[in-house]
Amino acid sequence: MRFIFKTDYDQDIRLVKHGGQKFWYGMLFLALLAAPWMLEEYFLSQLSFILIYGIVGVGLMLLSGYTGLISLGHAAFLAVGAYTEAVLAAKGWPFPFSLVVSAVFAAIVGIIVGLPALRVKGIYLAIATMAFGFIVEEVLARWESVTGGNTGLIIGQLSMFGWKADSERDFYYVALVVAVLVTLGVLNLLRSPTGRAFVAIRDSEVSARSMGINLARYKTTSFALSAAITGIAGALYAHKLRILTPDQFTILQSIEYLMMVVVGGIGSIHGAFFGAAFLIALPQAIALVKDYLPPAIGQATGLQPTIFGLVLVAIILFEPYGIYGRWLKIRTFFQLFPLYRKGLFKRQKAFMKSERLR
Amino acid sequence: MQVLQVVISGISQGLIYGLIALGFVLIYKATETINFAQGELMMLGAFLGLTVVTFGLPYWVSLPVAFAGMWLVGILLERAVLRPILGQPAFTVVMVTIGLGFIARGLVTMIPGWGTDTHTLNAPFKGEVVRAGGLVIGMEHIVVIIATIVLSTALFAFFRFTRVGVAMQASSQNQLAAYYMGIPVRRLNSLIWGISAGVAALAGVLLAPITFVHVNMGFIGLKAFPAAVIGGFGSLPGALVGGMIIGVVESLAGVYLPEGFKDIAAYILVLIVLVVKPTGIFGETATKKV
Repeated sequence: MRFIFKTDYDQDIRLVKHGGQKFWYGMLFLALLAAPWMLEEYFLSQLSFILIYGIVGVGLMLLSGYTGLISLGHAAFLAVGAYTEAVLAAKGWPFPFSLVVSAVFAAIVGIIVGLPALRVKGIYLAIATMAFGFIVEEVLARWESVTGGNTGLIIGQLSMFGWKADSERDFYYVALVVAVLVTLGVLNLLRSPTGRAFVAIRDSEVSARSMGINLARYKTTSFALSAAITGIAGALYAHKLRILTPDQFTILQSIEYLMMVVVGGIGSIHGAFFGAAFLIALPQAIALVKDYLPPAIGQATGLQPTIFGLVLVAIILFEPYGIYGRWLKIRTFFQLFPLYRKGLFKRQKAFMKSERLR
Repeated sequence: MQVLQVVISGISQGLIYGLIALGFVLIYKATETINFAQGELMMLGAFLGLTVVTFGLPYWVSLPVAFAGMWLVGILLERAVLRPILGQPAFTVVMVTIGLGFIARGLVTMIPGWGTDTHTLNAPFKGEVVRAGGLVIGMEHIVVIIATIVLSTALFAFFRFTRVGVAMQASSQNQLAAYYMGIPVRRLNSLIWGISAGVAALAGVLLAPITFVHVNMGFIGLKAFPAAVIGGFGSLPGALVGGMIIGVVESLAGVYLPEGFKDIAAYILVLIVLVVKPTGIFGETATKKV
């Protein structure tokens, strides 16, 4: 068991809490750096996808996990980022600039959509973002002069200042750098007053307001940042896929991203990446075991959604903090051995109050 | 005359959305949570009705059978999945019901005889047409209109005048206080899930002659959301009015606006409503100062 002897208030907000963390995160970073030499091209490509989905996850986590708002339209923000990047890249903009523009553009769109819904409590943001998602999907399919419609839009390789990311490895490194920067940025944000305000709003809007937090302003900030981060992921996603079609950005994708956040572990940055790995790995795991199942089940087209749904329901019922929550429990078990008790992580009983009568 | 015809068919289409939105509103009114699997419950109900009809029983028998069957399914779902997360934030319930929707849509493809095919459910009144002064309206639409109005009146009266209905509203406003007053919150939740699933089943069986029966028919539920929002979530007449508005706007957009607007008219409308009057037409606006 590790006891941290605190001698300084700064220790409470330090990103790295103790030497053990320094060591293990260092090892993780080295492993990620060395990955291109250790993995085959196919797995490296999957790892890039995990990083991109992880960025989406971090963005959505900021909104859902830390501010407590639901968005059913994040695929639309991904689309905004991806198509902006595609258009700018075709004009020869270097990647860093087009990346920033994609993020800013996604954020602006996010504010326009979110502002009305953020004034009211409850489920309205989910419905507004869902509506927005459908509209974006339709616009992508119809605005053929810019988006190429249903035939798709082809985008070149990622390039900046004369350098081209023309191998899987180059792209992986770009994705890694962006993912690390975004994650560090969000971690930093979360220990700042803004981040604390987000968490306060999630835990109780009434008490947050009593503490002088401007609800509308912070909710909008959170939503805009979330959209911007998703836009960044979209820019990478565009270069990874190389061809963009509207059916990659439907409500089903938005739901998958929410699922990723919940399965990974709501309310933790780790969870975003665990969830991304889960989302990439599960279809492949299903493909592996499919042939051993009875044909009526194994060959059914609904096998994958069924398993996704079962996992989602099971996680919410039995492990509300997802994969990261389970990992925390296992770690605590060994740290406290043999003193771990079952009730250590028990959820407090909650009662619901109306949101109509604030 | 053409405008009138378009409006009439819009209203009849809109009442379909209203009928599905009734299910959302019921659950919202009683538990203040949103059931994203409502469309899938409707789909299951339609398949149940289809099975009854394929056994050779008449169409009218399939209605009560589907209603009772889905009532049971609703109660089972509440018991197994929703009761353990009673009192958790809305987010949790949304995710669970989304998960349930995925499971329902997946399982249906594995059941022999249901599968991924599109089935037709033949109602005795299918294909009949009523003409009144140059206007044409299909008999199956008239049945939906009548059913929607009857159901929503009955449910409105239920919430307004019965003890159980009032108790449901109380428990949605404050669960803890409702417990203190001796209201059996869990049993009421169970009941409302049963009713809501039953209503979904009726919607499914009534819609089947119009839209066919297939796995993805539940996606029409996504159009019922805007209907519920425009009417003001939590208001039963609101769901009908919201549905009608959406239906009319949609069919007008289909005729007078460029292609593509028809599919998204409902969503544009809901965004506008959120800007102008976020609580909807019949929404309650009571607020309490902190």
